Amino acid sequence: MNDRLPNRLELIGITKRFPGVLANDNVSFAVKPGEIHALLGENGAGKSTLVKMIYGIMQPDAGDILWNNQEITVANPKAARKLGIGMVFQHFSLFDALTVLENIALGMDAKIPQRELEVKIRAVMQQYGLLLDPRRTVATLSVGERQRIEIVRALLLDPKLLIMDEPTSVLTPQEVEQLFVVLRKLASEGCSILYISHKLHEIKALCDTATILRGGKLVDTCDPKEETSRSMAEKMIGAGLKEIKKPANTLLGRPKFIVDRLTTRPDGAVGIGIAEVSFTVHVGEIFGIAGVAGNGQNALLDALSGEITVRRGEAIRLDEAPIGAVGPTERRRHGLSAVPEERNGHAAVPEFALYDNSVLTARDRMKMVRSGLLRRGVAKTYTDKVIAEFAVKAQGPNATAGSLSGGNLQKYIMGREILQNPSVLVVSQPTWGVDAGAAAAIHQALVDLAAEGSAIVLISQDLDELLSLCNTLAVINEGRLSRPMNIEDVSIEEIGLLMGGVHGESAEMAPTVVPPTTIVAPTPMAPEAEPAHAH
Amino acid sequence: MRIKLEKRPDPSRLMLVVTPIASVLLTMLLGVIVFDALGIDGQRAVIDIFLTPLLASYKWQDVAVKAAPLIIIGLGLSIGNRANVWNIGAEGQYVIGALCAAGVGIAAGPVGGPLVIAAMIMAGIVGGGAWAAVPAVLKTRLGVNEILSTLMFTYVALQVLSYLVGGPFKDPNGRNFPATAPLTADQTLPLLPFTSVHLGVGVALVLPFLFWFLMSRSVFGYQIRVVGAAPHAARHGGFDGNQTVWLALLIGGGMAGLAGALEFTGALKTINLGFPSGYGFTAIIVAFLGRLHPIGVLIAGIVLAVTYVGGQVAQTTVHIPNATAGIFQAMMLFFILASDIFVRYRVRFIGSPKSAVSPAAPAPAAGE
Repeated sequence: MNDRLPNRLELIGITKRFPGVLANDNVSFAVKPGEIHALLGENGAGKSTLVKMIYGIMQPDAGDILWNNQEITVANPKAARKLGIGMVFQHFSLFDALTVLENIALGMDAKIPQRELEVKIRAVMQQYGLLLDPRRTVATLSVGERQRIEIVRALLLDPKLLIMDEPTSVLTPQEVEQLFVVLRKLASEGCSILYISHKLHEIKALCDTATILRGGKLVDTCDPKEETSRSMAEKMIGAGLKEIKKPANTLLGRPKFIVDRLTTRPDGAVGIGIAEVSFTVHVGEIFGIAGVAGNGQNALLDALSGEITVRRGEAIRLDEAPIGAVGPTERRRHGLSAVPEERNGHAAVPEFALYDNSVLTARDRMKMVRSGLLRRGVAKTYTDKVIAEFAVKAQGPNATAGSLSGGNLQKYIMGREILQNPSVLVVSQPTWGVDAGAAAAIHQALVDLAAEGSAIVLISQDLDELLSLCNTLAVINEGRLSRPMNIEDVSIEEIGLLMGGVHGESAEMAPTVVPPTTIVAPTPMAPEAEPAHAH
Repeated sequence: MRIKLEKRPDPSRLMLVVTPIASVLLTMLLGVIVFDALGIDGQRAVIDIFLTPLLASYKWQDVAVKAAPLIIIGLGLSIGNRANVWNIGAEGQYVIGALCAAGVGIAAGPVGGPLVIAAMIMAGIVGGGAWAAVPAVLKTRLGVNEILSTLMFTYVALQVLSYLVGGPFKDPNGRNFPATAPLTADQTLPLLPFTSVHLGVGVALVLPFLFWFLMSRSVFGYQIRVVGAAPHAARHGGFDGNQTVWLALLIGGGMAGLAGALEFTGALKTINLGFPSGYGFTAIIVAFLGRLHPIGVLIAGIVLAVTYVGGQVAQTTVHIPNATAGIFQAMMLFFILASDIFVRYRVRFIGSPKSAVSPAAPAPAAGE
């Protein structure tokens, strides 16, 4: 990177307003050629809105975008690609049933004969060490491999600026390192990279510059290598971080929740089931389940919550009562609550008022129903209590769930379950897409609930979260659960290998799980790794 | 200048009420234009179809009698639509309901009285429900799309009708016309004195309030609403999707069957090949125009009944065919579906983005 080079991209006073929120307020920063520039901020800080304007998905209400010192208007993504701006989204747009090649061909603006395209794809893959078989069907690929398709798709256009939106949220630690190798190589060839993330150690390891947004406003542009994770986190959040208070006494009680060889069938052709999952959670224990997205976490949550039942009731036991064969309502009566990963449309109904959402899972335990009729007053009182005790920012119990921000909705959902005083709580991704303040509150609530004698199963992709909260940790891969490990005994490396489907301490490859062709050639690199506890 | 649709944070309650009214007004306006273009007095046609039945008091009883089946069927359909179950075979369920009532009436022979009438009406509800149960089995067991199966079952029902009224149910003293024997006086619903308004109209006035209460206050109504709004969340809440499909179809069919039985015992007193008059299909418009809300359905049922009665008026005054009413009904459905977008989105007129650019301001010196 050369400071005397003209800016590749410069934003001057970008402002974007949505009904009710100022998503970006007078944001200005510049990206040099070959620079890896981090865009750091909590969820809702305005990062995605900002890059959507750069990529032409939205237009700014005010402000200028300069491209190579020329003022431009990016009318749409096609125009952005023509300028040389590529983007890899957090959520992939791939057709499962088509091959890698077909997927890339569908996304191209120009019609290129398939044979010619394949040659080009192979050349790009070769150049950046992105090993992938263009003829494979997407359904058979891992998430990391699917991301590679999106990267190849962007690289085919020979971009001058590549925008990566939260690229590592679904990757294993090893896949993250492989991605960084590719990005560094790209940058060394002069391509600028705008890297959106809220993972501080990654930004310290990868980026040259970091622009920090908070509440739509630019807080600071700094050199991440000269900052500590904590100092950046505080700029991002705007206040001192709260430490989680964990009770010193970690002696566990008697076995509370026993899962015994639980197996479910995959849902649909590309879905995944769980196979022979067994574990035991004790009174006061937080049992963590790590794993890369799409390895059966949703199937496991559905099977534990009762949305999917099995014939053998003994497969799930709560205080010795077999509950494997009964549905969610009956399981809640036994004291088992669950919080699925997806807030909108699964844990809550966005169109419904909050008090109606309380009826969804709390109607039995909180006595909101009498002789087939709803007791609205009871539901509203309970919702008021959830809002107050979990500091949910909402206009009372009549506000629709959809009007809440992600973090507040998640706090409401967690509060709704926790205030029912469940003896077993199963949660999946409780802080996914939640701002740091809300995440800390949710973590504290989980720790407190365990301290009061509940057993908690925490399914998460966030290793930091798992390592800081759990007593015991297991890894799920392809629907199978690894042996549980005491939290003091685990190493990041071992978890990473288990997440990638490599079993056993000797770290031997399991060829049936990860075909060798899909592994990126190991490149020696020294990641400036942070300890996993970022704060 | 550009026109842009922006998603509202919450659906607009105002638009929920305004759009059905606007749809009716737009239908009237378009009607004037189209008929004028065809060389017919459009203004007169629209006034006769939409206003005369309301202004002429002697037409009120006709409107009430026509509105009753539309409201009752519309209520049942609105429940199903709320749960995302699309029963469009109410016409068949209505016919089968009436035939079942007729079957009980024939079995009762000359016997009449309240008990027989009640039995006939019960038979109508059960018959309509049973007819809808077949698509329910197909959907829950085999995943057959209920839109297709309910519609196809309508045509089966019409064949059953022509078989029964031409064979087993045919009036032995009826000069060989394919029709059932007229009901005796003590087998028909009581009338309001000096009118043709039968007890079914009262039922149609009471049911919307009962449904309103059920939908907003009962766990059953909650189940219907949550399954329709977010099936995945409903499963999480412990509500069974298949059970909801069953309930939605049985209620839709039962209500259609009830309407058929009431129409038979209250208004027509005989069933012939002309019995299916399209109420089952028009009720789909009623459900949507009424915004799937029980009280909305009550009002929409009256509006659609007005167009039926008005169509007959216009037939004699401006000499346009009776089918014209159907055209107006279709236009209404068209407008209500098209205007649905304004409930969730707002329209914004914005100038070109460049005009809004303020002088480039320096970056705020925050941090450090």
